[in-house]
Amino acid sequence: MPKTLFEKIWDRHIVKTIDGGPSVLYIDKHFIHEVTSPQAFKGLEKRGIEVFRPAQIVATADHNVPTLNQHLPIKEELSRIQVQTLVENCQKHQVELYGLGHPYQGVVHVIGPELGITQPGMTIVCGDSHTSTHGAFGAIAFGIGTSEVEMVMATQCLLQSKPKLMRINVEGQLGKGVTAKDIILYIIARISASGATGYFVEYAGSAIRNLSMEGRMTICNMSIEMGARGGMIAPDETTFTYIKGRPFAPQGAGWDQKLAGWKQLYSDKDAKFDMELNIDAPDIEPMITYGTNPGMGVGVTGRIPSTADPKSLAYMGLQAGANIKGKKIDYVFIGSCTNSRIEDLRLVASFVKGRKKADNVEVWVVPGSKQVEQQAIKEGIDKVFAEAGFQLRQPGCSACLGMNEDKIPAGKYCISTSNRNFEGRQGPNARTLLASPLTAAVAAITGEVADIREFI
Amino acid sequence: MSKAINKIASRAVPVHLENIDTDQIIPARFLKATTREGFGDNLFRDWRYNADGTPKKDFVLNDPTYSGKILVAGKNFGCGSSREHAAWAIKDAGFDVVVSSFFADIFKNNALNNFLLPVTVSEDFLQQLFTAIEKDPKTKLDVNLGDQTITANGHSETFEIDDYKKTCLLNGYDDIDFLLSIRGEIEIFEHQYAGI
Repeated sequence: MPKTLFEKIWDRHIVKTIDGGPSVLYIDKHFIHEVTSPQAFKGLEKRGIEVFRPAQIVATADHNVPTLNQHLPIKEELSRIQVQTLVENCQKHQVELYGLGHPYQGVVHVIGPELGITQPGMTIVCGDSHTSTHGAFGAIAFGIGTSEVEMVMATQCLLQSKPKLMRINVEGQLGKGVTAKDIILYIIARISASGATGYFVEYAGSAIRNLSMEGRMTICNMSIEMGARGGMIAPDETTFTYIKGRPFAPQGAGWDQKLAGWKQLYSDKDAKFDMELNIDAPDIEPMITYGTNPGMGVGVTGRIPSTADPKSLAYMGLQAGANIKGKKIDYVFIGSCTNSRIEDLRLVASFVKGRKKADNVEVWVVPGSKQVEQQAIKEGIDKVFAEAGFQLRQPGCSACLGMNEDKIPAGKYCISTSNRNFEGRQGPNARTLLASPLTAAVAAITGEVADIREFI
Repeated sequence: MSKAINKIASRAVPVHLENIDTDQIIPARFLKATTREGFGDNLFRDWRYNADGTPKKDFVLNDPTYSGKILVAGKNFGCGSSREHAAWAIKDAGFDVVVSSFFADIFKNNALNNFLLPVTVSEDFLQQLFTAIEKDPKTKLDVNLGDQTITANGHSETFEIDDYKKTCLLNGYDDIDFLLSIRGEIEIFEHQYAGI
């Protein structure tokens, strides 16, 4: 019986299935952070039980950390308590923590892959919806709530119903200036913010296979923005080359053994999907969103649809039928688990080098991890940004969700490489336009929504 | 917080909007607590209150005409972030049921894990509910988990829920109790399991 990539992994992780109910799914890796874990630890203590498999949990502090002066105590009291609570919980329950000050600290979905913790064939969960990122390695990875975080801490298992399966094939050559971020924004605009609810998505096709691991992570990251439980891509040589030699990658004979297993992870030729969608890569333009959910996106040369939700447009201060290109902006945020990896920073730096930001714009670049930050400094990217007038900050989730002090002021427009343009996401009444790092970079230089293809 | 639910008969509060994401239900800046309690005060914070903390008169939660234990909302409710705080906030504000024509997956699980019943109805039935409640805010809804029915003004619709979850909700069991009860089987699985 031919199997999909998803089924090959799922079937190997089922402990048992309840009649008329969900399956008990075994979890290989559990990432935790300061915001969605404290109530789970508290729950365990209330039940009087220990963490079942602490060695399978990795913790970091990311959502709520400042991006300036991380060596100083966190000023905001509630944030400081939350980060401190994580430190105490990890000590008490013997959980490995890459917290503030640690050379591995960073956004949870950046550090897992860069440390080689994320590997093909795994089941991976985290109390964060963008856990779908790790699916780029051919893993079943998805976000969970805090009660589920507690379940995994207590038993290393979750009760899950098998989702429906969708395959999205992206075939052909991407145009100049079009990146992975544009592919996923295009897909979400095509099928809407709820178009994949109930599904787990496999991305396939030549345009996906030609992407780097960073690009694949960007795609899988935003699967949740069309409602999907997760997204995944079959591992290949690009995947194996990326993992090899990373701190937690298998070594020596262990590597060869793992590799043999990983090479079996693909959807069989006649495997059945509940839905398939075909996309022609050359149709994709650099994308930008104009509304208040990630499905409200158009090509950068397009017009805001006349059918767009008036409530959204009123919030955004935009007009139906108007061009989005040329819209003046106030802030640029380059960061988040979607686009804060070294490749993203390199791409931005390569365009920005020798240019200066527009006077009307403030630009924040927030690297995804300490390792990304260090690498950027090593390559001189920090100097390129400084000369352009960009602020290179310290790692964290930052203005993606405005939980720390990195908030976009009310009414201001921000071109953001993050994943959500919801009302108030980047701060009360902030207006977010989602785009790729390249489109963000050109906006930083011109001070408005611009078409990167006219500049490269 | 964990308590069994079966029959809920109540008036309802209509939030007549689609794609309500969890950032609207509870904005990130209110996620700094380390306990599960007290999130109800900030439910729909930025729709409900002005920046200075005064209530926005036109938002339904500030309209004394509407009350009850049932929240009725447009399709794709609870999309976005996995924050369980969204379910905690709704429950903490006194709701036991959310009715919509479509729920985001993670929110649905989070709701069930907090004995907040997500009831998925057809789009037609949902629109009938909005019309009925907005015409007469005293309209009573009857939600019966045992029978898997929701009724308003004599019109009923059945809703889906898996047998396992239904048993949990009717009896006040939670998933952790169940998983802990099979930890022996999990250990046997681990013993045989070599990963991929």
